[in-house]
Amino acid sequence: MVNMNLYSRGDKIFVITNMVLVGMFAISTLYPFIYIASLSMSSGFEARAGNVILTPMDFTLEAYQFVLSDPQFWISYKNTFIYTIGGTLMSLAFIIPGAYALSRPQLYGRRFWNLMVAFTMWFNAGLIPFFLNMRDLGLLDSYFGIIIGFAVNGFNLILLRNFFEGIPKSFEEAARMDGANEFQVLWKVFMPLSKPAIATVALFCIVSRWNGFFWAMVLLQDEDKIPLQVFLRHTIATLSDDQEFGTTLIDASYSFETVSAAIIVCSIIPVLIVYPFIQKYFEKGILLGGVKE
Amino acid sequence: MAIDNQQLETSPEKLATRARGVQRARKPSRIERISDHLKRDWQIYLMLIPTIIWLLLFLYKPMYGLQIAFKDYSIFRGIAGSPWIGLDHFQTLFGNDQFLRALRNTVIISFYTLLFGFPMPILLALMFNEILNRTFKKTAQTIVYLPHFISSVIIAGIVITAFSPSAGIVNTVIGWFGVDPIYFLTKPEWFRPIFVGTGIWQEAGFQSIIYLAAIAGVSPTLYESAVVDGASRWQMMWKITLPSIMPTIIIMLIIRIGNILEVSFEMIILLYQPATYETADVVNTFIFRQGIQSGQYDFAAAAGLFNAVVAFILVMTANSLSKRYSRTSLW
Repeated sequence: MVNMNLYSRGDKIFVITNMVLVGMFAISTLYPFIYIASLSMSSGFEARAGNVILTPMDFTLEAYQFVLSDPQFWISYKNTFIYTIGGTLMSLAFIIPGAYALSRPQLYGRRFWNLMVAFTMWFNAGLIPFFLNMRDLGLLDSYFGIIIGFAVNGFNLILLRNFFEGIPKSFEEAARMDGANEFQVLWKVFMPLSKPAIATVALFCIVSRWNGFFWAMVLLQDEDKIPLQVFLRHTIATLSDDQEFGTTLIDASYSFETVSAAIIVCSIIPVLIVYPFIQKYFEKGILLGGVKE
Repeated sequence: MAIDNQQLETSPEKLATRARGVQRARKPSRIERISDHLKRDWQIYLMLIPTIIWLLLFLYKPMYGLQIAFKDYSIFRGIAGSPWIGLDHFQTLFGNDQFLRALRNTVIISFYTLLFGFPMPILLALMFNEILNRTFKKTAQTIVYLPHFISSVIIAGIVITAFSPSAGIVNTVIGWFGVDPIYFLTKPEWFRPIFVGTGIWQEAGFQSIIYLAAIAGVSPTLYESAVVDGASRWQMMWKITLPSIMPTIIIMLIIRIGNILEVSFEMIILLYQPATYETADVVNTFIFRQGIQSGQYDFAAAAGLFNAVVAFILVMTANSLSKRYSRTSLW
């Protein structure tokens, strides 16, 4: 569709209308973020009065000072980094060798093992048995529990397996001639050839770890171990229960709205930083995963 | 299996062939074959083992734990030691108004999400496809994919802030038209529109990727001959692009219907409150409250089992339908 000439006036109207509509959708997607950013830099008084529409009103960074001076904020930030990095490395340590083994034609019972993976995507024991299992394994309230408990994911495993299966046999033959064993073939042949697929899986892991909330909330009680998302939730929930928060101060320099907005901005920034890298891979990743089961 | 073996044993012909086989070169038994495999390919199995153990420990063991749905579970007796009570929990479940309400809400919310959320990414993909300016297209795509990567806690935080009764932008805007502030998130009638709308805002852009990929696969010759025939872009969009991606649309629709019990309950937990349970409470949030918050594990597990079995049947049906459909329509 690229180099097509516009033939008629109708086409021109169509193309322009279409652009306007897409532009409007993009703006309506972007607007809430701009609103939140502006809110976070406005004074509590202006926020309370509903005067913040697009740009910061009565510019101040007091909401950020309030958030950044809370030690709990930094603890949870650090924890999120631990869960994200630890969890992603753990996932890759399971998924890369697992996917390689599942992709090998000589694997005995290959159909059975693949079905065993696929079945977990169709049938799930549910919240309660999973929770009780984590408790029985002694993994409540532990860093290790969060990191290991969500390491393998059927979708990612199958995505990488499909990619490995698509690598022509000729690539590994030279290495086999040199007497390479399976580990060496995986390490020296398959992994370098699969960089985009591995990056895709790693980025999926990073995003889901960074954003992970529900199980962290359920499995972690200790305030020193909670990740950013749980901290964010606690803060927004307690602040919104206490609607008068901040406004009792004489200058009302911050309020529930501005502090919530400031925390939101602080936790979005790392996502925005990695987003360009993610974008490079995820389109390909989605299509890779969709090809075969 | 058992019947097969018997037939094998009793059929004289097969017995004879077997006997001959034994005389010539003894066929290796199953165990010998496996041990041969292990000797040759042990490294592959070593790579597979951690994943298999993980699956058994974290996904299959909970399936064994599902038996508490039929038991009077107590923490002290454990899963195996708790006494069986048959279908008692299921009887209670189907007499429980809250559960039935949650079931109804799940289906209703899913239905609305499907009705309003399903066409949106298709429309977006068609529109993206008609944009000639590459930079504009790329920028718009970058923006609309973004919310997919933002956590539900943040999205909920934005929603809570934007709909806040005292200062939220939504109340400010309706105030311009003389409407009194509404505390939206405490109003049962507003929950579903807000939830479904948020879902569309967050996911529509990202979901358009799959349709864009389908559009990219449409043969350019179709458009070329249409241009020769003097077709307008509008006509080409409806008469060529849309019909060409119809198989993808139908497969996605089947898959979505198969997942009708999958509501993003994490978002619901973040947005609902007792005042809106009436329209907001879904099966998974019900299970969460009954089980994890109130400690009625066995009862909640029964609700979960019911949910999982129905979901499994729906997904399997959808899978086989979409497989059959894609075989007949694509090739």
